[in-house]
Formats: sequence, structure tokens, C-alpha cells
Amino acid sequence: MTAVSRRALLTGIGVGAASVAAVGVGAAAIARQSEDEPVATGRTYDFYGAHQAGIVTPMQDHLHAAAFDLTTTSRDDLVRLLQAWSAAAAAMTAGSPVGLYGAVNGPYDAPPDDTGEALDLPASGLTITIGLGPSLFRTSDGVDRFGLADRLPAGFGPLPAFPRDTLDEAICGGDLFVQACADEAQVAVHAVRTFAREAFGTAAVRWSQLGFGRSSVTSSADSTPRNLFGFKDGTNNITSDDAAGLDDFVWVQPEDGTDWMTGGSYLAVRKIRMTIETWDRTSLREQEAVFGRTKREGSPLSGGTEHTVPDFAATGRDGAPLIPTDSHMALAHPSANDGHRILRRAYNYTDGSDGLGRLEAGLFFLGYARDLSRQFVPMQLRLSRSDRMNEYVRYLSSAAFAIPPGAAGPGGFVGERLFA
Amino acid sequence: MRQRLLPSPVLALAAAAGAVLLAGCTSTASTATSGSADAAGTPAAITVDSTDDACTVSTAEAPSGVLHFAVTNSGSDVTEFYVLGADGLQVVGEVENIGPGISRDLVVQAAPGTYTLACKPGMTGDGIRSTFTVNDSGADLTPTGPTGELIATAVANYKAYVDDQVGQLLAGTKEFAAAYIAGDDAKAKALYAPVRMHWERIEPVAESFGDLDPILDAREADLEEGQDWTGWHRIEKDLWPPASGYTALTPAERKTVADKLVADTQTLADRTADLTFRVDQLGNGAKELLDEVATGKITGEEETWSHTDLWDFQANLEGAKVMYAGLAPVVQRVDPELATTLDTRFAAVQALLDKLRDGDGFVYYDALSADQIKELAAAVDALSEPLSTLTATALQAAGGGSAVASPASS
Repeated sequence: MTAVSRRALLTGIGVGAASVAAVGVGAAAIARQSEDEPVATGRTYDFYGAHQAGIVTPMQDHLHAAAFDLTTTSRDDLVRLLQAWSAAAAAMTAGSPVGLYGAVNGPYDAPPDDTGEALDLPASGLTITIGLGPSLFRTSDGVDRFGLADRLPAGFGPLPAFPRDTLDEAICGGDLFVQACADEAQVAVHAVRTFAREAFGTAAVRWSQLGFGRSSVTSSADSTPRNLFGFKDGTNNITSDDAAGLDDFVWVQPEDGTDWMTGGSYLAVRKIRMTIETWDRTSLREQEAVFGRTKREGSPLSGGTEHTVPDFAATGRDGAPLIPTDSHMALAHPSANDGHRILRRAYNYTDGSDGLGRLEAGLFFLGYARDLSRQFVPMQLRLSRSDRMNEYVRYLSSAAFAIPPGAAGPGGFVGERLFA
Repeated sequence: MRQRLLPSPVLALAAAAGAVLLAGCTSTASTATSGSADAAGTPAAITVDSTDDACTVSTAEAPSGVLHFAVTNSGSDVTEFYVLGADGLQVVGEVENIGPGISRDLVVQAAPGTYTLACKPGMTGDGIRSTFTVNDSGADLTPTGPTGELIATAVANYKAYVDDQVGQLLAGTKEFAAAYIAGDDAKAKALYAPVRMHWERIEPVAESFGDLDPILDAREADLEEGQDWTGWHRIEKDLWPPASGYTALTPAERKTVADKLVADTQTLADRTADLTFRVDQLGNGAKELLDEVATGKITGEEETWSHTDLWDFQANLEGAKVMYAGLAPVVQRVDPELATTLDTRFAAVQALLDKLRDGDGFVYYDALSADQIKELAAAVDALSEPLSTLTATALQAAGGGSAVASPASS
């Protein structure tokens, strides 16, 4: 693998870039790059490590996620795909093109190894996170295609049906999953496109989703962003500097009983359409009551500032709770969930319009947990039953994935211990 | 579009519980935008700092017209802020339940005169009071006074309407249940949509009973695993069963689910008999009924099996129109332009629905073309947007008072 770093390309062929600058377009591109803070677009995250990147990594601005269905029943093909994906992911996250020859250096009569749309872009903080669906171990018909049924982690399976789910099966589930996050949308799209290309003949894309405007914060240094309801969301998230919280609630531990998953995590995916038109016709009073927080600051309605611990016992006029008991915060808060927390990594999405003149928009929820059945399912059940927000959302998709620990180093691959 | 949706200063003011829409307040309709609250012409906020033992107001006087108070609770207890009449009793405007550290805005319209401002940390006693003078700026003000009577009439009339609809719903449900139990499917299917219209006309009222709504009106998708499915839509599926993979209810099962439907409807009737309504519930209820149309009926989700969504649509529209009609004299007084807009757009939606009538009823949802659905959706959106300002306009006309203090219905 003699991949050339895209950044090296940029600096190495500076003469070429300067000559392009004369036509103007290149000049604008170069100017933009020099103005950008290097940390925003030039940062890189190592693909290899004890944990996969893209979970506690500070959230990048763009998401492209995809699920794949395997079209093969060959265990060897599956392993080869995971190896190829891991190698490609290592190259792309380092800012390098994929393949032996990259995008423009190969045999002239062959299609380029790399699709090339990320050629001039830096690594852009790209992370690629690979997951395995319950159907990989056993299909819904009970078929064990790859001899993996006995390796299914205890407590891991498809998410149950929740009240009010209006799911589109075509965008639910999947045998394999990839989450690409980057500061540049094109870099994230390049990653998923490359994965799909590697998979032809072995797996086919089942669904994919673009997301923008991170709607969670996984770093205590970042401010809390807003979702498309206009509210700060996920204020109380687990952040990367909370080592105890990560061990308790995110990373699978040795005592959890599934050795090949130790250091990994589990992911719940829910596409949540917001009926934003009816939301926008709702009074500020009702909007704040739905969240249990103020819109401007994100303060709990019991008082204080955004990060003040909510006081669910505080009452106002007529003894009514200041934070409504059916507000989103009251139901999602750890105090209502036996102290359980999850790591939220949600993105906003807009898929154009719905054909009725309304925006097809909402939240693409990605939640990581050490044990979905204890941390996520009871909370989602509580929300689906009673959340005051339900009037303004529709749950369109549902999926669960096991996220194995990171690949150890070059030559290793995600999921390696599963096949050992 | 925003200018047209906020056709007058009064309406914009009323809509602006926060600062964001205030740009529309004093701008003319042609220049109003939903832009920055700092736009020229926005009334400067009068800051109010409420602590445990002080109520500091940034000024003791202001020109008449729109007054914008930015209230911050710097104390340690929950507080309230009031604008009271000169007598110190009549409530012109108020914000309640302001938690420590939280800021909330109050927008009122004030005629020249002397007022009393009061912070009420701890929500008890007379509060910490000061005198506030409003000087004559020459601004036109909304007439007040007799609107109180109009509102009382609207609320009383609505209560009578709900009682009547619930009565008809109960009678119709009994007839429907009897036909269904007797195995007279043709009669049951003919009664299904018309009887349900009584429910749909008062849906926000029925839904306000959180325990009754799911057992009477849950759709299959609303259920959680292992939950019993009862109510209208359970019977709907049995009367219009899917082509395959469905096991019909036995006569005994039919009787169980139909008897329960009647019993639960009786409970609904008993409970609504004791209900009273507030002006904000009328305004919000009208909006919520149109929301029901927009999210459930336009999409054909409500009546998955019978496809009688347009009956529900018609009933939601009628229910909303009754709520609006009660408040219309009030709206006419404070914002005639809004009244005209709403009248026109109610009529436009009805005209579209009328084109889809078939005999005593309507065409079925699955017979609608994509273009027809889109046309309906656009007309509903065009009505819903101005309708969403009805509550604030009505409350504005009511001059604050106890209605403001009550939490919005949900």
C-alpha cells in the first residue's frame, strides 16, 4: 500500500496549484484552506486502536452512515470484506487515497482505484466506524449463514417494536454498518462510496443516510448544538474526558461475558422525522414544556443555566412541577432510568421534501451503549409511551449494531476476534 | 410569507412570546420579516431583575403601546412578574413559574395611565411592587372591555357543543356496536365513519384524557409489544381485514371489544360532563385539530383499513371551525385582518373537501391522486399557519388575566 497522502499531494505539487490559481477557482480554494483553522479540517484520527474511532471522537459536522446486506454466504468473503474495509478506512482516515495506485496514478486503461472526489481535501477528521447487525449472526428466519450464531453477544438483538413506531423496513436493520463522520461532507461520502465499491459481490447497500449539523456533543470543550426544533439537545451527554462514565456506560467490559466485544460498544440507530411545520405553529410555552428546558439557554425549567442539575421536585403555581413530568428531559434523564446513560451522537438530517410541500427533516439518532437492553430499550420505551414530544416526531427506522473493538494495527481488521 | 402571516402589529405582538418575532411588531406589513429582534423599531426591552427581596425595573415610565419586559430571576426561589392596573388588582399581563436564573419575556399592550408592577418571589403575598407610568405616545391601541363577555360566551357555547357531540358519539357508538356484535357488517361499516366524526370533531378534548385516548383510538402501530389492542381501529381492521394473514375475531371476541368500546365511551361522556374550558384551550384546540389533519389524515395514517380519512378530515375541520367561530367576534375586534384571512382559508379547505364528496360521504383516501393530496396539504398548511396565532390573539384581547396563567392544553 503506497498510498500518497492527499496533504502531501497538495504541498508537493504546489507549482501545479499555483498555475491553476491563475484561473481563479483554485485561488479561492487555496485561500479558503489557509483561512480555515487547521484543527477544523486538517485533524486526523487514527483508525487503529483499542476502541474504534467515531464514538467518543469530538463530533465532526457531517455524517454519512450506511447499512449493508450480505449477498454472499461465504464466511471467507465476509472476512475478506472486513479486511478490505479496514485497510481502506485506515488509508482514508489518514488522508490518503485508497488502492495501490490511488485516484490518478494507475494504469491508463483501468478505472482508478480511488474514486477521487476527496483528492484535494485533507483528512478532515474522518472517522470510520464499522458495526455488525444481529442478522449477521442469525437471520430473522433463524438461519446461521456464517457459523456465527453461537458468538452472538448475550443481550444483543434487534430492537423491539416501540409504541408509535411507523417504521419503513427498507431503512431498518442491516447485516453490516458503517458510520463515516468528517468535517467535510464530501470526505464522509467518499468513505461510504468506497465501502460500497469494495462490497460489490459480497454485500449491497441496504440504506444510507446523510446528516449535518451535529446535534450532540461528545467533548466537554464543545458547546451544545441545536437540533431542528431549535433546542439544545443532549446537554447531559457522556463526554470523551469522562473515563469512568465511558467504562460504565459505553465500552464493553471483560466481565460482560463476550470476549470478542471487549473494548467495543453497541449502537442504536433511529431515524426520527420531525413534523417541523406543526412544531413551528406551537407556542414557546408548549415548546419549552416539551423539552423541559428553556429555548434560549437550554436551562432546566427548574432554574439555573444549561448544565445546572434539573430539580424535578421544584414546583410552581398550583404546585405543578416546573419541569413537566412528561417532558423529554424528565423521561430521558438518568434519574428516570435507574441511573443509566448512553452516549448520543445524533445528527440533523434533511432529505428534501415529502411531496406535500413539507420538509422531510429530523434527527438521525445514533446512541452508543455498553448494553442496549439495559440502557437504551427501557428509556426508549418510556419515551415512546409518554414523551410529550411524540406529537411532533415519527420514528421511521430502527436498527441495532454491535461495534467491535478497534483493529489492532496494519493487517488487523475490525471484528478480527469474532472470527478467531 | 411571514409578513402576510403576521398581518398587523397586534398579531405580531401577540405571537411574540419571545423576542424573535418582535421584529414584526412595529414594522409595517411590507417590511416585516422574521429577522433579527434588533431590527429598527423594535421596542427596547424594559429589564426587570427579580431577586429574593427586590424588584428592579430599568425604568419607571414608558410610552404607550407595546411594552416588552425582559424578566430575569436573580433570586433563589421561583418568581412571577405582574403588570397590574392602577387599582393594583386587574391583571394586564403576567409571567409565572420563572425558575431561579431563568429569563422570560412579557409583551403587553398598554394604554396611557398608571400601572403597578410586581415581582412575586416565592409566588406568595402581594409581591414587591412599584408604580409605573405609561405616557401617551399617540399609538393606536386595541380596544378592550367588552371582549371579556364575548370570551365568556365563546367558552360557554363551546362547552355546549362538546356535550352535544359526546352525546351523539355515545348514541352512535351503541348503534355501531350492536350492528357489529350482531354480525351486520354492512351496517357497521356504514356507521363507522359518520359516528367517528363526533369523536374527531372534539378530538383534543377526547385526547386530554390520556388514559381513554389509547384504549379508544389507538392504531396498531401505536401499541407496544404485548399490549392489548382495543377501540375503534381494532374493529376497523376486523371490518376491513387485510387480504391475507389476518384472523377474524370470533363472535365472542367481537362482543368483548364492542362492549368495551361502549363502556369506555360512556366513561368519556361522564368525564366531559364535568369539564370547563378556557379561552386558550379554544385557540389551541383549533390549531391542534388542524395539526391532526396535517399529520394523520393528509397522510392516510388514521384509517389504515377503511380509508375513511376524509370523514375525519371534515370532522376535524368542523371542530376547528366551531372553536374559531366562538372566538371570531374577539378576533374581529382586535385583528380584523386575521379574521378575514381565517375566514377565507377555512372556506378554501372546505371547498377542496366538497369536491371530494361522494353521496353522503367522501371518496376513500386510497382513491385520491398524489396531486389531490398535495393540494389538500397546501390548503391545510395555509390555514394552520395563521390559525396558530389565534390563541395569542385571543389572550391579547382578553387582556392577560387568569387565562394567561393557565398552562396551555395539550
